[in-house]
Amino acid sequence: MNQVEHVANLARLQLSREELERLSTQLSRILAYMEELNAVDTAGIPGTTSVVAGDANVLREDEVQPSLSQDQALRNAPDAVDGLFQVPQIISDR
Amino acid sequence: MFETVIGLEVHAQLQTQSKMFCGCATEFGSPANTRTCPVCLGLPGALPVVNQRAVEMAIRTGLALHCTVQSTNQFARKNYFYPDLPKGYQISQYDRPICENGWLELQANGTSKKVRIRRAHLEEDAGKNIHADAGSLVDLNRAGTPLIEIVTEPDMHSAEEVVSYLKSLRDVLMYIGVCDGNMEQGSLRCEPNLSLRPVGSDALGTKVELKNINSFKFVKDAIEYEIKRQTKVLSEGGTIHQETRLWDIERNQTAVMRSKEEAHDYRYFPDPDLVPLVIAEEWIEELRATIQELPKDRHQRFLRDYGLPDYDAGVLTSSRALADYFEACVTLFAEPKLISNFLMSEFLRELHQAGMTVESSPVSPERLVGLLQLVHDDTISLKVAKEIFPELFAGDKSAAQLVEEKGLRQLSDEGELLALIDAVIEQHPAQVAQYRGGKETVIGFLVGQAMKRSGGKANPQKVNALFKTRLAP
Repeated sequence: MNQVEHVANLARLQLSREELERLSTQLSRILAYMEELNAVDTAGIPGTTSVVAGDANVLREDEVQPSLSQDQALRNAPDAVDGLFQVPQIISDR
Repeated sequence: MFETVIGLEVHAQLQTQSKMFCGCATEFGSPANTRTCPVCLGLPGALPVVNQRAVEMAIRTGLALHCTVQSTNQFARKNYFYPDLPKGYQISQYDRPICENGWLELQANGTSKKVRIRRAHLEEDAGKNIHADAGSLVDLNRAGTPLIEIVTEPDMHSAEEVVSYLKSLRDVLMYIGVCDGNMEQGSLRCEPNLSLRPVGSDALGTKVELKNINSFKFVKDAIEYEIKRQTKVLSEGGTIHQETRLWDIERNQTAVMRSKEEAHDYRYFPDPDLVPLVIAEEWIEELRATIQELPKDRHQRFLRDYGLPDYDAGVLTSSRALADYFEACVTLFAEPKLISNFLMSEFLRELHQAGMTVESSPVSPERLVGLLQLVHDDTISLKVAKEIFPELFAGDKSAAQLVEEKGLRQLSDEGELLALIDAVIEQHPAQVAQYRGGKETVIGFLVGQAMKRSGGKANPQKVNALFKTRLAP
């Protein structure tokens, strides 16, 4: 339950008591299934990090391409001031 | 008694034209949010593609720092929420950084020592937050700019060592042309981790991370402040909390930004949008060949090949352009010390006053050497050379032309000098008598009179010598 609350907080999700309980049960079942998968011997098999099998080194030249205009960039922003995105006050800097 | 233990994380912006994963321009100072695209704005469906040049710069950095370059690389997502990070994660590297296990030498307390470099990895920069009353404002021009993060082992023990390490690192990065080294503009940012432990102990104490340090002076001030603060807390029996503290420029102190309890749980995982990066040995060797001589090596060579004092070699090799300029001069005229003195004083001063860089110097090595050759062969005095240098700098005449036009040629002809000297002797019998009576310092006065008569053109060494002969008993 505490763990679910922690993960929800990291994902900035606000969950009701009832949701927390339901998700705790579901996540426990998912984790139990992961335990089953852990039983498979994967020693010596490299992890799959991409489904584009066998591909590597997709690179681009260091060339500048046109950017969006300021208007286009800010089009989806709920609030903007002087060409800047406006967001709620952040209490402390990162 | 406590010992200070410091490790350093440095973020350096790589000098590419375009961003790490998209083609937006990276230049500093564009109007807000005019250098963004669906990739760096984190719009749904946009896919990142790695900038090859950023990878090459990271490899060259690793090689210059004596690191091993990892053959298989994977980019990872570092997840956290902050308004300057549009995707909700930063693309970085986690368990497989591109470079590992290197070292860099620093100079402190008159000795040099090696600082071990644990890793150097590629990542993207975040945007910029501006705090306003109404809320926070965000400019995403910087989001996605390639960074290399260079992390040391906790091998440093004083502010002096950290500053020296940072200067060496900055020199290396600028020399190999991967970063412009500008701390004020944020191209180079450093975050020291600092802890204290009782002298003689091997265990590490609780560490504090310092941020918001954007000049060498602040690095020194912040570290010295933090050492004092932690010493006081520990001496009074208190405990240090693991936290991030910001350097407050106004108050000259550090203040808590966030404690460990609030720190992020980043949940790194491999970025499925990016395929692995495999670096072949041939690619590494190709890049190794492009690394120029590093500042430390060049410094040593200047001591060895030109017989310069340590101080001169340090000043001249502090920038590649200045070192190149010096070497161009020495190739034309083999008087390294004369050239070095002139470059460190008159030359750098004129450039500074004109707001110019060595690269844009209006005086070529040929014209500068032309001036110093006139000093060397006694055509003019060093004093005259210094006086006419601003004109040489501002115009396009050669030193020889200027000397000729202004009639500044030094008077070295013995007959003419003797005539001057005799006139002075005749005019100042009292001083001459003092000199003959054993007060040898009076010769300074007599030489001064002769110089004045010549309009500053007489060769002072010769005048001095001739006076001594003339007045010898």
